[in-house]
Amino acid sequence: MNKDMKILIVDDFSTMRRIIKNLLRDLGFNNTAEADDGVTALPILQSGSFEFLVTDWNMPGMTGIDLLKAVRADAKLAKLPVLMVTAEQKRDQIIEAAQAGVNGYIVKPFTAITLKEKIDKIFERLEATA
Amino acid sequence: MANNTFPPESLQQARALVDSLEAGNEADVHEQLDKLAKLRESSLFHELGKLTRELHETINSFHLDARIAALTQTDIPDAKERLNYVITMTEQAANRTLDAVEQSLPLSTQLQERAAGLRAPWQQARAAANGALNGVGDRIDAFIDEVETDAVALQKNLSDALMAQDYQDLTGQIIRRVITLVHDVEQNLVGLVRLSGQRMGGTAPVPEPVVVEANANVLEGPRVPTLDTIDSLKGQDDVDDLLSSLGF
Repeated sequence: MNKDMKILIVDDFSTMRRIIKNLLRDLGFNNTAEADDGVTALPILQSGSFEFLVTDWNMPGMTGIDLLKAVRADAKLAKLPVLMVTAEQKRDQIIEAAQAGVNGYIVKPFTAITLKEKIDKIFERLEATA
Repeated sequence: MANNTFPPESLQQARALVDSLEAGNEADVHEQLDKLAKLRESSLFHELGKLTRELHETINSFHLDARIAALTQTDIPDAKERLNYVITMTEQAANRTLDAVEQSLPLSTQLQERAAGLRAPWQQARAAANGALNGVGDRIDAFIDEVETDAVALQKNLSDALMAQDYQDLTGQIIRRVITLVHDVEQNLVGLVRLSGQRMGGTAPVPEPVVVEANANVLEGPRVPTLDTIDSLKGQDDVDDLLSSLGF
């Protein structure tokens, strides 16, 4: 796993973006950018060489699930690993995210350990299939 | 007979009917039956009239109730404003805490590194002093150790304070749901007030009532433990179990 990879953090609450940014920094990832919903995130992803997307689900404008679907539908972005960090925890929604091709799913409130575990798992699986 | 709600003439009519039956006068029987039926209809209309009047008066008093107008014009918009302000205040508080944590974390790391960096030169200086430090040497040794371990504890506590600021996101999402609910109630109340105004001869258009969605796709937001439904998973372990059953 490349610690210099560019990571986009998408959440409508600036406090949550700050928390995730700090946690990622603790894990050694310093190359992060932020967006507050899918509408602003998508052009950032399309214009930059991001290697990892961490997104909330419930956001005004474009939700995280729609952003995930847009990413999977975009030939250039389709393989981008996506970690969802959200308060949504209904069975149907998690199944929907899984079917849309999410790589990991964290429920808020979460811990720094959970974030590390899920990121490690995502990149282990990617490296195993690469 | 105290609770008899029949019109007073009904008993008289009934006796006349019995008389006609006993006399075997078919035409008379039919006539008496018709009279009884009419009596019944007129009492039904009377009751209906009373109900209509009551409804009309209720609508009028509703229209005139200044409390309802105040609710829709000021109280509910104020309530939404207050809730939004709660979100703003918690955001400011969380950001202040995050500022303090972000400034303190590197300080604590520096303390730890400086203490570690002092250890070797200090041991050399202490050896060179050749016992001339009168016991202060042991205290400085212990101090360097303590700074190192305390700095680690400090970093852990600061990380906890950082993570705790997630309350702002979670409570903010719950408050936004309540704001939406208050907004829906407001719209329906405004519709009701306009409806009563129109009944009184007003011309304001009546808005469509807001249908509160009971759609399965509506986002639920953060879990509120006392409001769990069958569909709610209870945290990360449940989510992990579900995902692994899906092949994750």
